[in-house]
Amino acid sequence: MRHGKYPFIIGFLVVPVALYCTFVVAAYLQAFQLSFTSWSGFGAIKYIGLENFHKLWNDDLFWKSLRHNLFLLILLPVVTVALALVIAFLLNVGGSSRGGQTRGVRGSKAYRIIFFFPQLLALAIVAVIFQRVFGPDKSGMINGLFPDSWDNWLFLADERWAMTCILIVLIWQAVGFYVVLFSAGMGSIPAEIYEAAALDGASRIKLFFRITIPLLWGTIQVAWVYLGIAAFDAFAVVNIMTVDRGGPNGATSVLSLMIWRNTFEFSQVGYASAIGVVLFFLTLTFAALTLRVTRRESLEA
Amino acid sequence: MTEIFKAAEVDRRTLLRRAAAVGLMATPAVGLLSACVGGGSDDNTKQSTGTKSADNPLGIDPKAGVEIIIFNGGLGTAYATDVDIPLFNKKWPDAKVTYSNTEQISTVVQPRINAGTPPDMINNSGSNLMDFGAIVKAGQAADLTDLFAAPSWDVAGKTVADTLVPGAIQQGTYDGKPFAMNYSFTVFGLWYNKKLFATKGWTVPTTWADFTALCDKIKAAGITPFGFAGANASYYMVRALLTSAAKIGTEQCLKDIDNLKPGAWTADPIMKAAQAWGEIGNKYINKTYLGLRHTEVQLQQDQDKLAFYPCGSWLENEQSKDTPPTFEYAVAAYPSVTTSDQLPATAINAAAGEIYFAAAKGKNPQGGKEYIRGMLSKEAALGFTKLTKSLTVVAGAADGQTISPGLTSANDLLGKAGKDVFMGYLFDTWYKKLDDESRAAANDLMFKGGDAAKFCQRMEAASQAVAKDSSVTKFTRS
Repeated sequence: MRHGKYPFIIGFLVVPVALYCTFVVAAYLQAFQLSFTSWSGFGAIKYIGLENFHKLWNDDLFWKSLRHNLFLLILLPVVTVALALVIAFLLNVGGSSRGGQTRGVRGSKAYRIIFFFPQLLALAIVAVIFQRVFGPDKSGMINGLFPDSWDNWLFLADERWAMTCILIVLIWQAVGFYVVLFSAGMGSIPAEIYEAAALDGASRIKLFFRITIPLLWGTIQVAWVYLGIAAFDAFAVVNIMTVDRGGPNGATSVLSLMIWRNTFEFSQVGYASAIGVVLFFLTLTFAALTLRVTRRESLEA
Repeated sequence: MTEIFKAAEVDRRTLLRRAAAVGLMATPAVGLLSACVGGGSDDNTKQSTGTKSADNPLGIDPKAGVEIIIFNGGLGTAYATDVDIPLFNKKWPDAKVTYSNTEQISTVVQPRINAGTPPDMINNSGSNLMDFGAIVKAGQAADLTDLFAAPSWDVAGKTVADTLVPGAIQQGTYDGKPFAMNYSFTVFGLWYNKKLFATKGWTVPTTWADFTALCDKIKAAGITPFGFAGANASYYMVRALLTSAAKIGTEQCLKDIDNLKPGAWTADPIMKAAQAWGEIGNKYINKTYLGLRHTEVQLQQDQDKLAFYPCGSWLENEQSKDTPPTFEYAVAAYPSVTTSDQLPATAINAAAGEIYFAAAKGKNPQGGKEYIRGMLSKEAALGFTKLTKSLTVVAGAADGQTISPGLTSANDLLGKAGKDVFMGYLFDTWYKKLDDESRAAANDLMFKGGDAAKFCQRMEAASQAVAKDSSVTKFTRS
């Protein structure tokens, strides 16, 4: 029994670890190595020290992109989690309570399936659909709904609102998944607690803030981490939807898009790797911070 | 109760750890994209060669296979599968042509170049094309000097170079050596609906005053006078603007731009052209076009909602499915901007495009070149024009053929221009970052107030930033 244990474990681990080393660890090391070079993507490699990072420091587009990533990092989790929580609450607890049993609003089972639909669509398809929704002339869905006398809203072609359009698409796509996640979490909250609270005369709003949210806190934090990481990406949506890819005038540029463009379009793989290294540390910091906050939370509980 | 919480706690911790792992997965993708770093610089691949003879001027091995890869885009791939490959196999029946096509040239081909196993002949085109300047500097493209000096495939007594239109080889020349064969020949200008103009009694303008006067009339008729797609095709506008600049101050100002000469973008001709076009943007453009793609704007033109569209001669073929019978494509030269323009109003920008090159470090570079020599035969060129409705750099290959109205119009324009046909500029392929900036700047100029000075200064700054960047390989032209 004891003897068979290690070969068994190793047998399980060897393939994933090998894959991880090849496609994650090795690729990481290479990105770090390349960030100190001026490699174009073809031919010989020349080391240039920290010059790429110096250039990055002075690159306006980099700071712009970073700001956009932070914009998403703050708003994407907040809005998505808030929306998903409210919807999940309505689906599970929001309905009339009969015989002391809490239940969702009428037709909540059907809603739960419908809300999950966006999750089934590839992000690229979502982006193409929303390109039509945000069409800047009357053929766009939203503009088409407005009366003819109104001026067209430019949406993605308007520097002030383009990033908000991206945020809306990401929220629309993500919210269904978190509704399901939170629903599952609420399902595991014992009905007696709600029952007891209801007997004490708690309103629905009180139920939501005093019972649902505290008991779901762990799940919410998971959602926060996932969404935070999604906010560091956003590549597909920006690449497909936006004017001039990342425009107009860099108004929707994000770090992942900069990496892609520098690698494949500007032949500056060294520079792209430097951005990759920065993104690595940003993601790491974010993950570490979140884990830390969570640990404290669990000690208190 | 407590039991429940404990179980949930474990779940959450595992989940969080997994979540963190997902985040860490995002960055290494960058490394993966550039996998096989430095590969392909070894010269130990065994390359096929044969004996040179009058019938085999490039000395290919008649039995060695040739691998080609074609971009599958606006021109389709039928010209390769139905014309070029059969032609090649007729002459070299034992040389097997391995054919593939892709819409994503750089994603498919770049890793193979870096791994030292590129296809022998590559059609570098499309929005996902590889930076050809970087390929040349890395020694990955074969020198085509012997190809252009070789006898033509089917024109007796002439070399390949002799059969091409002037400037065709120059366009693929990097620092004095030809590395690319630019195959299709494109005429640029202002495209309009000939039938609509005939019914309305509008005539094509040759001076800027005529142009703006006509734009007023068109606007009064409820049609957008001029427009282009800001979302993904503002480089059509860059070409329009720089064509006007070249007409004001000759092609020299474009050469200065290509050579990153200080002050090239703030020079008087560029400034005047930007002012003139900025005014068109202010008065006659539809502001929603900034958010539209080329297909959408071109469709609006087909529906007679837009009068003038700056584009190249591929437009008619691209739109063939959407063109109603009431629409007949025709092209006009850009009107003179000032009365003291150095080039006449008939001068046009026409350039060779669509890069085909032989990989220097493939298995059979000579075979790749021989395939290109086949493409440059009159027979293949005519087949290409018939299938794609696009002219080629093979001079006179389509003469005497009935082609489409748009292409006939482009041919007429070429005839009228005579010697005043200029190749244009190369900075957009040489320095992609500058190309990028020019697209954003053109959008800004045309859709956001027409500030010519801002346009010129912004481009000048971007140009000088490229000039100072030692990680960007530089080219020059004369």
